[in-house]
Amino acid sequence: MNPVILAAQDPTLADFGKDPWWLVLGKILFAFVVAVAATLLGVWFERRVVGRMAVRPGPNQAGPFGLLQTLADGVKLAFKEDILPRKADKVVYFFAPVISVVCAVTALSVIPFGPMVSIFGHRTPLQVTDVSVAVLVVLAFSSLAVYGIVLGGWASGSTYPLLGGLRSAAQLVSYEVTMGLSVVAVFMTAGTMSTSGIVAQQGDGTRLSIGGFDLAAPGWYAILLLPSFIMFFIAIVGETNRAPFDLPEAESELVAGFQTEYSSLKFALFMLSEYVAMVTMSAFTVTLFLGGWHAPWPITIWSGANEGWWPMLWFFGKVIMLVFVFVWLRGTLPRLRYDQFMRFGWKVLLPLNLVWIMVLAGLRSIEDWQARDRLLVTAVGAGVLLLATLFWPARKKEPKPSLQEQADTRPYGSFPLPPMDLQVPPSPRTKRVLAEREPANVVAGPDSREV
Amino acid sequence: MTSATVLAAAGQVSGGEEVTFWILAPLALLGAVGMVWARNAVHSALWLVLTMLCLGVFYVLQAGPFIGMVQIIVYTGAIMMLFLFVLMLVGRDASDSLIETLRGQRVAAVVLGLGFAGLVGTGLYRALDGVQAVGLDQANGEGNVQGIARLLFTKYVFAFELTSALLITAAIGAMVLAHVERRKADRMDQIATMKARFRPGNYPGPKPGPGVYATSSSVATPARLPDGRLTDRSIPEIMPVRELTAEETAPKGTDR
Repeated sequence: MNPVILAAQDPTLADFGKDPWWLVLGKILFAFVVAVAATLLGVWFERRVVGRMAVRPGPNQAGPFGLLQTLADGVKLAFKEDILPRKADKVVYFFAPVISVVCAVTALSVIPFGPMVSIFGHRTPLQVTDVSVAVLVVLAFSSLAVYGIVLGGWASGSTYPLLGGLRSAAQLVSYEVTMGLSVVAVFMTAGTMSTSGIVAQQGDGTRLSIGGFDLAAPGWYAILLLPSFIMFFIAIVGETNRAPFDLPEAESELVAGFQTEYSSLKFALFMLSEYVAMVTMSAFTVTLFLGGWHAPWPITIWSGANEGWWPMLWFFGKVIMLVFVFVWLRGTLPRLRYDQFMRFGWKVLLPLNLVWIMVLAGLRSIEDWQARDRLLVTAVGAGVLLLATLFWPARKKEPKPSLQEQADTRPYGSFPLPPMDLQVPPSPRTKRVLAEREPANVVAGPDSREV
Repeated sequence: MTSATVLAAAGQVSGGEEVTFWILAPLALLGAVGMVWARNAVHSALWLVLTMLCLGVFYVLQAGPFIGMVQIIVYTGAIMMLFLFVLMLVGRDASDSLIETLRGQRVAAVVLGLGFAGLVGTGLYRALDGVQAVGLDQANGEGNVQGIARLLFTKYVFAFELTSALLITAAIGAMVLAHVERRKADRMDQIATMKARFRPGNYPGPKPGPGVYATSSSVATPARLPDGRLTDRSIPEIMPVRELTAEETAPKGTDR
């Protein structure tokens, strides 16, 4: 573990659990309001951004810039008829959207929004709570959120929702493996599983001394552990059912997947949970890989950037940036086919992740060797990897025979083919039509004829 | 370590721990009973999920936050999800039948179950009455996760590796048993399928429909070719061959 000088504003685990009851209540309320406001603004943001990508305005009528559009949609949704399918399993049908929302919102409770601040004289971290296994808490809630979708699909009592539920069960279990493995690299580097601890570890980072100057290199794990960051982000896109991985609700195949039979408030709850999950997972990524509430580089020149309430601004800025990436992916990429998606998860992401963790473990185990030995071992490893890539038996394709050769080698009795250089004569019919239409172009003369 | 963990490590029962226990313990029992009681297999699985979640919280209360979270992630998140997956594949109406195959089976099960529970309960109660938990401080001294990792990768590393080898063998065995062998040469892409369709000797168009006559319009009636022969291609292969008498196949004089 890097020796990190913990600054005064970095909370430790000992700082939690000392708040008075009203402060705890206030923090919980704040996390909940963040979740709901993120949904209201998130839907608007997504529609505006996708609209801009598709060269159209998007919602712009209700309120300034169409900001109240989501609110209007939400109110409309609440007044719609609540349909209960006859074959539905009533209790499970009711609880499925509730499970989804509860899991998505509760995960926000271990996300650090900022450093230690002073609220009415109490010094307290801007985080509802933290435990020594906080990252696992988020993973647990995201794995429980699957139940909402799967049970919603099953309890609807019809075929398409059931297929959507089955798909999501397989999808989320597979992508959870990748997600968990990507987080392992963060655990190994940070040496802790508490979210506030991981943020604190990224704050200081590695110190390089070049020519007598002490330079603080960026300690963000997105840079130090780039492969983990990329694979983690792909996994959370799969985990939140967002395009291009929105197979549980693939409209082109399954009508609306698991939520086909849902209407009114229950459908609104599913929508809510989708957007809250997107924001929660973005905040989780920011915490694990993008330095949490720490200010990004050019702002760090200002010494007060990481103190007081400012960090909340950096934190939400990073979250909005990640949400934009989510929307960008949705606006750009077509949905994957189901088998391609599963193959990508199990045959690409999983082995890559395992190899990367092994490389990282190797690098960390030689960390305290002498510089020469370390260089030697790294060079030998890199050389072996390079040679293996160079001499890997390539699957060379045989040159394809030309079209004429293919046509010549066809067996006797095949269907006749027209000659390759066939010139199609212009149809005599087109000429006639042109001739007939010609008078229409004549400029109207003086009004001599009776019409 | 949070304050709850510290208190649990000291062997005391804090007020919060007691409240949590008395709320969750009945729920866990309710889940266990509901799991046996429920008619529907999916409901049964959901009751079991409730029990597992309560157990996860109990582990956290007992100063084992790591094992508690792993219980929730692995058991409820992955294993029960696979259970549900299979149950949903089997079908939603897979309820238990209520016919007793053995006489007095239910009564015997209730009596034996209650007896076993009483035996284990009293035994545990008498054995653990007034026992103080010792050694939690040392075990959690450098953090719960670090403590588990140290034991797992030093003292019990052989057992750990053996278990993982067993699990991997089981997983590969399941895949081998479930795998349908398909050679690469047998797999046809779209172009190969089209070429096979237009190869000489294969008729690429749709098959003719069944014959429609004044006497019969059944799907089992073969159609007649232009030269007067009957064609087998016009009737589905699964149809039993219908033996027609010479009178039935003879032209009825409507074709003049």
